[in-house]
Amino acid sequence: MTAKLELKSVTKSFAQQKVVDDVSLTVATGEMVCLIGASGSGKSTLLRCVNLLEAIDDGEILLDGFDIAEPSLPPDPIRRRIGLVFQSFNLFPHLDVLSNITLAPCRVLGLEKSIARDQALDLLERFSLADKAYSYPDHLSGGQQQRVAIVRALAMEPELLLLDEITSALDPELIGEVLDVVRKLKAQQMTMLLATHEMSFAREIADTVCYLDRGRVVETGAPEQIFNDPVKQRTREFLARVSG
Amino acid sequence: MPQLTRRQRHDQKIQRRSLVISGLSLVLVVFALYVLIPLAPGWQAVKTSFFNWDILVRTFPKLLSAFVVDLKIFLWSAPLIFVLSLSIALARNTNRPSLFPLRLFGALYTDLFRGVPVILLVYLIGFGIPGLGLARPYNSPYIWGTVALVLGYSAYVAEVFRAGIDSVHSSQIAASRSLGLSEGETLRYVVLPQAIRRQVPALMNFVIALLKDVALLSFIGPIEVLRQANVYKSLMANFTPYVGAAIIFLCVTIPITRYADYLMAKQRRQRIA
Ligand SMILES: Nc1ncnc2c1ncn2[C@@H]1O[C@H](COP(=O)(O)OP(=O)(O)O)[C@@H](O)[C@H]1O
Ligand SMILES: [Mg+2]
Repeated sequence: MTAKLELKSVTKSFAQQKVVDDVSLTVATGEMVCLIGASGSGKSTLLRCVNLLEAIDDGEILLDGFDIAEPSLPPDPIRRRIGLVFQSFNLFPHLDVLSNITLAPCRVLGLEKSIARDQALDLLERFSLADKAYSYPDHLSGGQQQRVAIVRALAMEPELLLLDEITSALDPELIGEVLDVVRKLKAQQMTMLLATHEMSFAREIADTVCYLDRGRVVETGAPEQIFNDPVKQRTREFLARVSG
Repeated sequence: MPQLTRRQRHDQKIQRRSLVISGLSLVLVVFALYVLIPLAPGWQAVKTSFFNWDILVRTFPKLLSAFVVDLKIFLWSAPLIFVLSLSIALARNTNRPSLFPLRLFGALYTDLFRGVPVILLVYLIGFGIPGLGLARPYNSPYIWGTVALVLGYSAYVAEVFRAGIDSVHSSQIAASRSLGLSEGETLRYVVLPQAIRRQVPALMNFVIALLKDVALLSFIGPIEVLRQANVYKSLMANFTPYVGAAIIFLCVTIPITRYADYLMAKQRRQRIA
């Protein structure tokens, strides 16, 4: 398997505080990597760095072997290849669902409006959201909003999808429908890097689990190994805390 | 009749009582005004010089057609103000080092023009620039009066836009950029539509204020409604034309005010929901 994404000693600080500290990590094509770690451990920041929403201080971010963290590169053409879904959905409240989805394909990829709409409707159909095409985000449940946000990212046909605690803002009974979407994407071999609080989900779906603590990678491995037989004491303590 | 709960009976009683009280006090106030005002020593004089029905009927059509001039000036000022104030708001929001002069200009502009009464701008620009001895169409007080209004109002409205832009949460910008939209596209398709929508009620208040302030141009020449009323006042030695002008303004501004209030209330409800 080839590496879709490879992080090499990525470091990012906010005002003296190293939020991402010497992180190295590989996501192979078609692989699903889960980032776990306490809140504040730097998961969101790491994902934002990969999407170039934050500029890293040091290290390399290789996408298909090509360093996208090179400061002189224009970021927009790279961002459109990487999808990012946020904890708080961040749908555009002034646009209906369909326009939320077609905005970037039309403006960034230059797709014709009718083509973009057909594509968006197809995607909505696939994720059982067809009847919401003309609704506004405010009129949707949290679970529906998050599914629309995923569809919006998918409409750009990203090579890599970053998912940042996409179920943390949801009521418990709405989490399932969003996780089902992720399961579907996994079945389609979408390459994904996902930060999550849902340990059981990470265990179920991840190919690789990566435990972050205070910005550093403590341990990386297959889910069975990390959850059943962690090598590091700190991993064991963290897992005991979250399952306790 | 359905059985009312204890609470409903109580509320109903209170409601009935407050209706009676407000009805009585309204009748009392109207009656007092009706009886007391005519008792004032100057009432007859005021009545003939401000509320002369004959003069009102005779002058009203001409006042109305003069008001069309106000509307015209308003209609070309408003879009110019929209464009200029939006440009200034955007200039003040840039953080690219290369655009720093633009940002400085925006800040200076708002400080300068917000700090001077609009009437003074009308005088300075409306008298000053035609005083340079410009050729015929370019010395018109219509042009320079409009320029004064546009410059003055844009300073205020730019601040309204700026507040609107600031109110759009940074997560919206992150979402847009993550989809590959550029800074400019994000501004145009994500930030500005939300910013402007949010500020519609505030902008409506400026619409009302501008509509009234067009009358300030009466001091520098255009025969708009206030100047027309002035002419009639001198001609007929009677103030009724002013009342006529006020009525015309109210007919336009009250519906807009009500509409602005309605929008404001609607937005408040949405924010709570
Ligand atoms: N823009 C920022 N400016 C300053 N500090 C930040 C910023 N974003 C995140 N941080 C800090 O970085 C640390 C990691 O945050 P985050 O990446 O959100 O962690 P996680 O997603 O794992 O909860 C936190 O201490 C947070 O306060
Ligand atoms: Mg986070």
